[in-house]
Amino acid sequence: MLAWTIYISFLGAAAMFLLPKGSTAVARILALLTAAAGFAIALSAFVHHRTGEMLTVTDATWIPSLGIRYHLAADGISLSLILLTGIIAITGILFSWNIEDRTKEFFAFYLLLIGAVYGVFLSYDLFLLFVFYEIVIIPKYFLIAIWGSTRREYGAMKLAIYSFVGSAMVLVGLIAAYVVAGSHTMSLGGLAGYPFSPHFQMLAFPLVFVGFAILAGLWPFHTWAPTGHVAAPTAASMLLAGVVMKLGAYGCLRVAMTLFPLGLAPWSHHILGLGSWRDVFALLAVVGIIYGALVALVQKDFKFVIGYSSVSHMGFILLGLMTLNQIGLSGAVVQMFSHGILAGLLFAVVGRMVYARTHTRELSALGPMGLNHTIPFAAVTFVIAGMASMGLPGFSGFVAELMIVIGAWHAFPALALCVGFGILIGVVYVWRAMQKAFFSESRSAALPPGHPLPPITIPEKLGAIILIATSVLIGIYPQVLLNIIVPALNGPLFSGIRTGSWQ
Amino acid sequence: MLTLLTLLPVLGALVVLVAGKNLARATAFVFSFAALALTLVLWFHFDRGSGALQFVETRPWIQLTQLNVDYHVGVDGLGLLMLLLSAIVVPIGMAASSQIQQRVPLYYALILLFQACLFGTFIAQNFFLFFLFWELSLIPAFFLIKLWGGPRATRAATQFLVYTMVGSVAMLLSFLAIFLTTHTFDFAQLAALAQNNQLMPLVLGNLAGHRFTPHHIALLLFAGAFLGFAVKVPLFPFHTWLPAAYSEAPTGITILLTGAMSKMGVYGFLRILLPIFYPQMQQVLTPLLWLAAATIVFSAYAALAQKDLKRIFAYSSINHLGYCLLAIFAVVKFTGADAGLTAEKSAALNGVFLQMFNHGLTAATLFWFVALLEKRSGGLRGLNDFGGLRKVAPVFTGLMGIAIFSSLGLPGLNGFIGEFLIFKGTFPLTCWATSLAVLGLLATALFFLTVLQRVFSGPLNPKWATFPDLTTGERLTLIPAIALMFALGLCPQLVLGVVNNTVIQMVQHLRF
Repeated sequence: MLAWTIYISFLGAAAMFLLPKGSTAVARILALLTAAAGFAIALSAFVHHRTGEMLTVTDATWIPSLGIRYHLAADGISLSLILLTGIIAITGILFSWNIEDRTKEFFAFYLLLIGAVYGVFLSYDLFLLFVFYEIVIIPKYFLIAIWGSTRREYGAMKLAIYSFVGSAMVLVGLIAAYVVAGSHTMSLGGLAGYPFSPHFQMLAFPLVFVGFAILAGLWPFHTWAPTGHVAAPTAASMLLAGVVMKLGAYGCLRVAMTLFPLGLAPWSHHILGLGSWRDVFALLAVVGIIYGALVALVQKDFKFVIGYSSVSHMGFILLGLMTLNQIGLSGAVVQMFSHGILAGLLFAVVGRMVYARTHTRELSALGPMGLNHTIPFAAVTFVIAGMASMGLPGFSGFVAELMIVIGAWHAFPALALCVGFGILIGVVYVWRAMQKAFFSESRSAALPPGHPLPPITIPEKLGAIILIATSVLIGIYPQVLLNIIVPALNGPLFSGIRTGSWQ
Repeated sequence: MLTLLTLLPVLGALVVLVAGKNLARATAFVFSFAALALTLVLWFHFDRGSGALQFVETRPWIQLTQLNVDYHVGVDGLGLLMLLLSAIVVPIGMAASSQIQQRVPLYYALILLFQACLFGTFIAQNFFLFFLFWELSLIPAFFLIKLWGGPRATRAATQFLVYTMVGSVAMLLSFLAIFLTTHTFDFAQLAALAQNNQLMPLVLGNLAGHRFTPHHIALLLFAGAFLGFAVKVPLFPFHTWLPAAYSEAPTGITILLTGAMSKMGVYGFLRILLPIFYPQMQQVLTPLLWLAAATIVFSAYAALAQKDLKRIFAYSSINHLGYCLLAIFAVVKFTGADAGLTAEKSAALNGVFLQMFNHGLTAATLFWFVALLEKRSGGLRGLNDFGGLRKVAPVFTGLMGIAIFSSLGLPGLNGFIGEFLIFKGTFPLTCWATSLAVLGLLATALFFLTVLQRVFSGPLNPKWATFPDLTTGERLTLIPAIALMFALGLCPQLVLGVVNNTVIQMVQHLRF
């Protein structure tokens, strides 16, 4: 049943082309229904999931001579992210209600992207995973290049090139693993069970990990993220920051770390005080957290603030992965979910509620408009999203970051202190953006009279409420997610990470 | 029951937002009175013979091997007293907000949210839950000051937020460091560890290998937690956000800040620092006592120099809470279970509890009078803007006079008993600091009498010849507050009866 999340999205995309010319309203409603159906399937699977099992959805031979199978399966981690995809897909469409230009194609690409994302999260066969991973790149390029804004061709191209470089690294690593393991299976479980030599793992791990981590915004390979996010239309930024970056983080955890756990083992010597790939990536993650926050602090463009904040928050995920303890790893997965929701919300406020009305994203130009009076709903939404993003208790971000910091404290005490510093800067940049954009004191007569901003529409309100409610639910009762994430992390797939003697 | 009490204002906030502009104020009152009624039910069902936690609710909340947090709420005498105070102060704050005209539903919704956070803070029995409400309370407070405040409200609100945030982060880091080794956020468990002298060795065992000595790390952890609460109370020299915030906030909000929010800080000292960190407090006792004495004296003299009524009362708030901190610090002075000193400590802590409640009530009422003055004068509230009001508004003068005398501690009114018990308790414990604090008492009397003299006596300022006296409605709403002042002044047992067993238990926990 869960496989239908993929098929239904692809079918919806195909159906877009069958619609008669000019039927934009039908296209919107069709897209919304498709996304809602996908979400409903994801939710029912989430609710009925028995904890700890790796649920096989479909398993059929595909290319028998190479041992490649069409194998879809889901455990607690993939289910959490599938649910996230469903939520973001629906709200993204709600926030794209104003797309008038080539609406059908927009939603066709959009649904194609969603279907491919579902595919990545569901794939158990690594070849299949890679195929879906590649499919993701194409609609995302077109969404930005056609419907984007500020330097959209540049942003789209940069994003595509970074993605392809990452995929190439992943592909090389996977093929090497496939060949070394005897060229008869591409199944995740099969390869994870194969005893690769420590030397091979030490080489393959960084290759595959970095390949995926490029998409997760690992510093210093993050530069595609802010430019891509800024150039993309609102729904695409929401998907990019909310879900596509999670594909990278998911790949790091699901593929790189399970296949090559010994790649995390300590080296025989220290280089610059770093004793293993684990130390290296943890350090890069923390640099990303602080660097992203500092850069967000000095941006003049509202959307760039959010773009860099994504880099900072993704750093938390990568740090959580590198802690290798249960609390840090489950914190990383919760953070994937939480950041997906919050980044989606923030981009929706900036891109749809503010930019689509004011046609400027300069903080200095937004200030004099007195937006907290003209569009109070946007102001309130941004305040709530900002609070959640800066890690205020009661919202999902706090739980996730708390768990990651506790995990990091056990694994890397010194880095945990730096993370505390990063959190403080996080408070400051959100606060600065909020003050400048919505609550600026210098309310001059800059707003041309007789030119009122259109009010916030119902779909926007609905989308914002869905996202806020989700964040609060996870913030107050994180057990909803933890109940299925923790047993999944205790499953056999992750035994290599758990039993590493270097912990 | 306690969960219900906390959720009630949240529900109220939602209803107020839906109710629309005309009904918002009435709806908000309905919900705040419902909360008050519920608190009174708790008050009368509370078992006074016991100092233990009551109305306890425990449910599993987050279960992980390394992060196991329960939903654990309950109240003892102290918590219950604070609940009652919050439930009383919020309707007063709403009553003093009649001149708010902009975005009325949002205003009252934020007040109700703030009340929910107050309730949550006072019932939480582990740090996770406590911190959640503690931090969330900042958001409504910030926006209430910023959006409805005076001309420099943004600056004041931001200053308030930054100060509190820095304190909170320091506190969070300390508790995380403790949590990492003890694996518990529960106040009772942490206090039990501290009492058996196991807490710090356990924490330090894990942090070994760093360059600090154990002694320093323990103090550092204490300092983090201390900072969080000291900013909130506030303690000199962390008080500089307060006069700006109190004077820029709309007066209804000032009532909430001084009546209820400042108590969160003192409550933190009593509930968290005293049971968990008393060995560290003892190590730095002398500087702490100096800070408390400085808070009392400096704020009183600062109040003397002010010209704005709200600023005067703001500094007097710092002054009054300074007495609470003085007593809290004095209590940790002596080791051993000396019977005589136990009596002194109990007296001091009883005094602290009373003083918290009294100050909340009295300061709220005083600011309410300021709001009434502002309403009549069109926003003027300078010390020298009035004069001779007693001739045109005798009832106003009389009732505000009662509130002022209560605040400066006239016997027979509520302020006296609390301060008396604090002085009685602390004098034998720390003679010098208490003597210094008496200087503050003198200045307090001086500035309060100045207020009475400048505003109400002297020749009538011709501008105010038609100054209206209190209307019947205002009299009726003020009289319960004034009556409560007399009631507590004449029969402090009303409060002491409820808190006494909690105090005895706290003092017993301070055995070394």
